[in-house]
Amino acid sequence: MNKIVSKEFFSENVVRLEIEAPRIAKARRAGHFVIVRVDEKGERIPLTISSADASKGTITLVVQRVGVTSRKLAELEAGDTIADLVGPLGQATDVKKVGTVLACGGGVGVAPLLPIVEANKKAGNKVISIIAARTRDLIILEDQIREFSDEVIVMTDDGSYGEKGLITEGMEKVIAREKIDEAVIIGPAIMMKFASEVTRKHQIPSIASLNTIMVDGTGMCGACRVTVDGKTRFVCVDGPEFDAHKVDFDEMLMRLNGYKDFEKDANERYLKEHQ
Amino acid sequence: MDKNDILKQERDAAWRKELRGKIKNKERTNIERVKMPEADPTERRRSFIEVNRGLSAEAAMIEASRCLDCANPTCIEGCPVEINIPKFIKNIERGEFLEAARVLKETSSLPAVCGRVCPQEKQCEASCFYTRKLKKPAIAIGHLERFAADFERETGNISIPERASAKNKKIACIGSGPAGLSFAGEMAKRGYDVTVFEALHEIGGVLKYGIPEFRLPNSVVDVEINSLKEMGVKFETNFIVGKTATIDDLKEEGFEGFFVGSGAGLPRFMGIPGENLVGILSSNEYLTRVNLMEANKEDSDTPILKGKRVAVIGGGNTAMDSVRTALRLGAEKAMIIYRRSEQEMPARIEEIKHAKEEGVEFLTLQNPIEYIGDEKGYVRQIRVQRMELGEPDASGRRRPVPVAGSEYLIDADTVVVSVGVSPNPLIPQSLPELKTTDWHTLVVDEENLQTSVPFMFAGGDIVRGGATVILAMGDGRKAAEAMDHQLSKQVENAV
Repeated sequence: MNKIVSKEFFSENVVRLEIEAPRIAKARRAGHFVIVRVDEKGERIPLTISSADASKGTITLVVQRVGVTSRKLAELEAGDTIADLVGPLGQATDVKKVGTVLACGGGVGVAPLLPIVEANKKAGNKVISIIAARTRDLIILEDQIREFSDEVIVMTDDGSYGEKGLITEGMEKVIAREKIDEAVIIGPAIMMKFASEVTRKHQIPSIASLNTIMVDGTGMCGACRVTVDGKTRFVCVDGPEFDAHKVDFDEMLMRLNGYKDFEKDANERYLKEHQ
Repeated sequence: MDKNDILKQERDAAWRKELRGKIKNKERTNIERVKMPEADPTERRRSFIEVNRGLSAEAAMIEASRCLDCANPTCIEGCPVEINIPKFIKNIERGEFLEAARVLKETSSLPAVCGRVCPQEKQCEASCFYTRKLKKPAIAIGHLERFAADFERETGNISIPERASAKNKKIACIGSGPAGLSFAGEMAKRGYDVTVFEALHEIGGVLKYGIPEFRLPNSVVDVEINSLKEMGVKFETNFIVGKTATIDDLKEEGFEGFFVGSGAGLPRFMGIPGENLVGILSSNEYLTRVNLMEANKEDSDTPILKGKRVAVIGGGNTAMDSVRTALRLGAEKAMIIYRRSEQEMPARIEEIKHAKEEGVEFLTLQNPIEYIGDEKGYVRQIRVQRMELGEPDASGRRRPVPVAGSEYLIDADTVVVSVGVSPNPLIPQSLPELKTTDWHTLVVDEENLQTSVPFMFAGGDIVRGGATVILAMGDGRKAAEAMDHQLSKQVENAV
């Protein structure tokens, strides 16, 4: 169990891991995530299930190298085993036929967006996807998103690929052009904050999938708590998806930075030891 | 033969009679109760070493000789798993320590744990003849239990209880905390094929993630879990029943009986302004990071906020564990903020005493009403209101009432909220026909601990709300007896 079946680099820092996890592959739905602990000294981190193959008994995770744990994960090879993998966790995406869905993914947020795009397409919606990143190297899963979208817009901040500009600019263009019935927004917290401002302005019902700090992922600690509609909610059990217009993104951003110094130190230590 | 007849017969054993005859009761009652040796407070407050150091063999034998081997041993009634207390204590008195350990295991799956964390002063020791009739300090039953279990472990002569012949019936136990482990051990003894499903990556529930090393070393818990493994109990970690597989999936895989011991692990927050600031966390998160993830150790990838001024909100054992952990992580000031007075604190007296010796400050009759942060969102101050005690509430404790105009500010950079827990909702969510109370605990019939779903039994905190390790273990044992009875009846009917 938890054996890595295959590994593929999307770019220098973004890797896709296909992992043997038959029960999770069978039980998971779009929107679900897993908690991973790489090795005996490892921390527990949440990762959204990007896709799964129930007949093969595998799930796919997409990892961007940002800190110690994601580096450790990216260094594993096919045949290696992850110490602990638990899931599927969280509430599955509530996918209904609504008409036209605007799917907005920023950076590695495209990985968790993929199963939602797929589910929306299969539910009979017209799906327009905008995938955006800082630069060309960070655009991932474009072909897979295309497979389940009626239209795909690719955007980079520096214009190195697709259209130049921020995701919000792409969203404004699509919204100006046609009626959008629902938006799904997944990416870095700051991107979700500004993308939800756009859909709020146009009164488009929007879902955001939140990526807070987690420890257990089963509701027993509250590390992942956020304020939604004035109430404290736990992302791991109540979410990870919430009405984007009711999320207090400023508070979420603040809480995400809570361990920044530790993360930086740990990362530097790790890089020093592994050079 | 009923329980009392067995007790009487055992008491009439020649060696017990001989021991009773050796020393006069008057002499026995004149011996002073043993004191548990403890690590020095100034040293231990910065270390995770176990505070209670355990009894020497000599001290244990002297303490055991205080026990009068009563004809009517009321102490047993005070024990939720009904350990045959005089039998194990008299074995200590005659120096048969391994035999004493075997007696403990007749009814308890985790004696080394219970000897450390049970509130004996409210249970067995409260029902001791010394407490009841002589108005003297009770026999130190907990210390002696710990001694016997530790002796067995440390000398490596671990006995495995006998198993009945295999029944070829698969039983699922949901949760590996004290309730589940006790249930699993009892069912294994009865010959069932038991699998314990655990959501976390470690077995033990609160014994691992909650109770700190300085009260209960994880290595002690692991030895007791190993004994269960040797009895044939199987463990599946990283498995959330209701998510990784449903109850129906498991029934299809041949599981016939289910025991839910999934506990009360959801932390409560107070819902006051600023509670989501950085540096404010639940005691579950704080303790899990340290106890389960070993965030206090250099080589752990899990970070922990090592506050200089740490305030813990609450007055239970979890609050004491949190505040003492804060000291050990290097806090200059570690405070308990509790809205009632010390008398009403639910924590064990021993834990309060240990916390005070280590330098914890107690701010009683005070309650936080707001947290104030800096521009980066880190907590910096707590607005606290003084309280006074009014009329008793439903729990019988005097209700705290705010004192008008008494608010003031306390500086703090870390706040641990320890104001209680709620039952875990995962199992009820995955099985809608399962009846729950308004407090989200499972409804069970008190006699058999059977839920509204006939093949499912439940015990521990998922039924009681936040309670104790030993009550959870008692439930596990009771549910095993009831489930065994039900499944045996089914077999009889089928024949």
